Amino acid sequence: MFGEAHMHDQWIFVAFFLPIGFIAAAVPIIAARILGPRKPNPVKLSTYECGVETVGDTWVQFKVQYYVFALIFVIFDVEAVFLFPWAVAYNQLQLYMVLEGVLFILILAAGLFYVWRKGALEWS
Amino acid sequence: MDIPHLVEWTIESIVIVVGLIAGFAYLTLFERKILARIQVRIGPNRAGPWGLLQPVADGIKLIFKEELIPNRADKLLFVLAPVITVVPALIVLAVVPLGPDMMIFGHNVTLGIAGDVNVGVLYIMAVSSIAVYGIAIAGWSSSNKYALMGGLRATAQMISYELALGLAFVGPILLANSMNLMDIVNAQRGLLGWYIWLQPLGFIIFLLAGIAEVNRDPFDMPEAEQELTAGYHAEYSGMKFALMFMAEYDKMIAVSMIAATLFLGGFWGPFVEQIPLLGPVYLLIKTIFLLFVMIWMRATLVRFRYDRLMAFGWKVLLPLALVNVVVTAVIVLVGG
Repeated sequence: MFGEAHMHDQWIFVAFFLPIGFIAAAVPIIAARILGPRKPNPVKLSTYECGVETVGDTWVQFKVQYYVFALIFVIFDVEAVFLFPWAVAYNQLQLYMVLEGVLFILILAAGLFYVWRKGALEWS
Repeated sequence: MDIPHLVEWTIESIVIVVGLIAGFAYLTLFERKILARIQVRIGPNRAGPWGLLQPVADGIKLIFKEELIPNRADKLLFVLAPVITVVPALIVLAVVPLGPDMMIFGHNVTLGIAGDVNVGVLYIMAVSSIAVYGIAIAGWSSSNKYALMGGLRATAQMISYELALGLAFVGPILLANSMNLMDIVNAQRGLLGWYIWLQPLGFIIFLLAGIAEVNRDPFDMPEAEQELTAGYHAEYSGMKFALMFMAEYDKMIAVSMIAATLFLGGFWGPFVEQIPLLGPVYLLIKTIFLLFVMIWMRATLVRFRYDRLMAFGWKVLLPLALVNVVVTAVIVLVGG
């Protein structure tokens, strides 16, 4: 009976799973809110920075390198996803399609090489 | 869709979620025991026989702890972050087939929630990337400089290693010609059929990138105690802290189980065809073995420096993963 379930049924199943995951995450938080003691005071609620008063704003400008890595990631990740359908259909591809895939990977590698030579991967 | 289906789905999803929560609890004990043994200590042994009730005691303690939300924190995001982190870790295993179809009480039951969906691998990649948001939000909303640094580091690290992880998926997809995890598992019957023999490099890349993805030692820079106190969860206490940890340990379980599914033959093993109930047992054994390897690495290796960690991801793992894809493609083309 269940073995004949269609693919769409299975996706419903996955969607069904999501609220259960949320409940599993929400129950402990709510339970702790009900059961735990609450006696806040200003010292307790201060930011934990090894006993030293926080200086200035926390949300400051941080290293630009993080943005650079994020940018490179977006480019490569989007490109890497294109390899998935290529890999799935691999045994039905003709030779020139296979070569196009390889060419695509070479372009990816060239992009990586370019970024590398530009020094964007250095953490200086 | 009918009532028996719904009942079956509910039971199965609840069993899997509860199993993951219990898995998290006992993985902490397993880890503490093994770390203790490696360091010639005994480890937790007071609560219950062999310390078996230790996770229960920890859980009860954490529920009754006072939870603090720092004054300067963004309160809504601060509470939301553990939920966003833990939910992907709980639902990512939905597409992993846990065993062959079997008859239970006269029903033909499929183990695993949706092992047969056609883009299971894509689902894993999509869901596992959501966890990054939780960690970035946790670091940012704490309004603590250590937490912010930890969150930033974790984000940069996870996206860096996600590329290699994604490319490591391509090997098994090429060999099985499917993103359906059931197909990938069924293509690996017999010990010699395991993809680890055809994809040794892919397996190593997957495991290393997976460990980096869940921020485990030696890639646990975002949580480095000595320099960041505890990284992105520095301000978390009580149950929210437990949820952050649950996310990390459940992601460990997920990475191990997915690695076992993609490279170690999933639930296949001797006599599974005669006794289908052995399937989940084999999958569990393989998963526990990989978890043991992760804990072993934590006990053995020291932490990377952050710049080296990023360099390793981008300059070693990513090119190796690209080479692995090309070599696999050529071998599949020539060989089959």
